[in-house]
Amino acid sequence: MIRIDSVTKRYPDGTVAVDRLSLDIPDRSITVLVGPSGCGKTTTLRMINRMVEPSVGAILIDGVDSRQQSVNTLRRGMGYVIQNAGLFQHRTIVDNIATVPRMLGWSKDKARARARELMERVGLDASFAKRYPYQLSGGQQQRVGVARALAADPPVLLMDEPFSAVDPVVRKGLQDELLRIQAELGKTIVFVTHDIDEAVKLGTMVAVLRTGGRLAQFAPPAELLSDPADAFVEDFLGADRGIRRLSFFSSAGLDLLTAPVVAIDATAEQIAARGTTEAPYALVTGLDGRPLGWSEPDRLTAGQIDVGRLLPCGRPFVAGQDSLRAALDCAVLSPTGWAVAVDDEGRAAGVVSQASIAEAIRGAHAEGREEPRSTGAGVQKVIR
Amino acid sequence: MNRFFDIPSDLQHDWLGLIGLHLREALLPVLAGLLLALPLAQLCVRLRWLYPPVLWVTTVLYAIPSLAFFVVLIDYTGQTELTVMIPLTIYTLVVLVPAIVDGVRSVPQETLAAATAMGFGPVRRYVQVQLPIAVPAIIAGLRVATVSSISLVSVGMLIGNQGALGNLLHDAQIYNRPELAWNSVLTSAALAVLADALLVVVRVLLTPWMPSGRSAGRSRGTGVRPETAVPALEDAAR
Ligand SMILES: Nc1ncnc2c1ncn2[C@@H]1O[C@H](COP(=O)(O)OP(=O)(O)OP(=O)(O)O)[C@@H](O)[C@H]1O
Ligand SMILES: [Mg+2]
Repeated sequence: MIRIDSVTKRYPDGTVAVDRLSLDIPDRSITVLVGPSGCGKTTTLRMINRMVEPSVGAILIDGVDSRQQSVNTLRRGMGYVIQNAGLFQHRTIVDNIATVPRMLGWSKDKARARARELMERVGLDASFAKRYPYQLSGGQQQRVGVARALAADPPVLLMDEPFSAVDPVVRKGLQDELLRIQAELGKTIVFVTHDIDEAVKLGTMVAVLRTGGRLAQFAPPAELLSDPADAFVEDFLGADRGIRRLSFFSSAGLDLLTAPVVAIDATAEQIAARGTTEAPYALVTGLDGRPLGWSEPDRLTAGQIDVGRLLPCGRPFVAGQDSLRAALDCAVLSPTGWAVAVDDEGRAAGVVSQASIAEAIRGAHAEGREEPRSTGAGVQKVIR
Repeated sequence: MNRFFDIPSDLQHDWLGLIGLHLREALLPVLAGLLLALPLAQLCVRLRWLYPPVLWVTTVLYAIPSLAFFVVLIDYTGQTELTVMIPLTIYTLVVLVPAIVDGVRSVPQETLAAATAMGFGPVRRYVQVQLPIAVPAIIAGLRVATVSSISLVSVGMLIGNQGALGNLLHDAQIYNRPELAWNSVLTSAALAVLADALLVVVRVLLTPWMPSGRSAGRSRGTGVRPETAVPALEDAAR
């Protein structure tokens, strides 16, 4: 475990970048440092690998003061990833990734074999190996940066706004990739960002820092969203934290109605058997069970369903897998006000109204209140 | 025309011999200048306050005509090649120090931070990261230094036959053979162009990582613009 023990950093010009900060960074999880520009995130991160030395206080790694070992040994055991990747422009991709293994004395062949293995792990095509950084896009360079940091298999990964210079689509891809790598490799990751959405998405624990380098709150993201410590944190979380919090509740508990689901080849009896009371619309599915669109019930005639005249059903959510936020989003976007749930294979699993989603939300919140703090770890984090 | 290569015996060398002499007097100072400039530039990069005074001193030295150097040095080193090569070394230093410092400083902050974070010590970082990335700027500086050095060697004729190809100018006058002057000027110009072209080839070989189509001298504002012929002519006027 990395323990930041009442650390203060005062730069020579008198700027206090970090002020009596204490944090326990749990092993094998992602801890995010988030806060406005200039609040001391980079400084904190760099104190962990001693690129910046604390003025007061100490950083303990597994209980031992980090100053006990030589800086270079310490740093080689911690991967470091930064904005714009910071690749060595004069070295090929494979040699960039092999840098630390080579420094640790691995043979050239072994280091390069390891580099190629990592390229695959971070989703880079092997054909990039012999290219130079200028021949890669920003997102690809960022992947190389992650691979390079992982090369010597360090237990700790320090990441300073690694994804902030790429566009939102690429960023989302890189974030998903990081979660996958983290799940596979179980690294201890300290991740700096000023983007609260990124913090909530990636963090097992999130530390919100305020200007002046003081800790405002240290909590799991679900707790941050439900119980912000003060007005600063609440403000920093933004206006729609209620909606965002729904990402942490599973859609598994929703009551899905199957009666309004009608196959396109349904017989007159099957259409008649459809419950007309509960849903004002029927969901028509294709022969493969996938949703095709909504129909007004009195337009349904066996054998004569015109697919072209159906109302679009929009994007469905995956029942049990997606969050309540995804379900609510589908319902809000649906022209009928009802969300369509599908199973893993995309077949219609049922439909659910905005009203019953709202009920599920109320239920989830009530549950969340009954067992406060501890729910943090308990709430299953659902990633859309 | 056959008298073009007929070198008077007082020069003690044939045409090829003069070329060898000329190259030695011109290139040894460039090499010495490079070897001195590397650590000096490293020092200027590490100690920021040192750079402005160093730059100031080198600029003042650059402003001193070579003849003035010869006059001072001749008391110590006599009428030797060394008297010619010392000022040339200093001129090389003057060109190379800012070229290297600017080149090294143009290495992006992120690259440096990444190197430090990977456990590069300052020396390893300078040799393995900063210098290679500064290669285009260093070679741009070397091109200017080499070309001007080749043209300046000729001035050595003023201190008694130490000007290699430049000595032909003197002989052209005393033997009234203008073709010797042509020989001197054309040969040293050709040497300058060849040396410059060679350095361009070296640069291309050393920097496969540079986006093609971006010329080394102009990228990153090194402040050094290798325009072969122009400095050669300017310096010849010293
Ligand atoms: N080397 C330095 N000397 C003096 N002050 C510094 C130095 N580095 C950072 N600071 C100051 O310390 C404070 C914290 O800087 P830091 O880089 O840690 O912020 P940050 O949270 O990473 O900000 P950003 O989100 O903009 O990257 C800032 O006020 C900054 O101006
Ligand atoms: Mg920062």
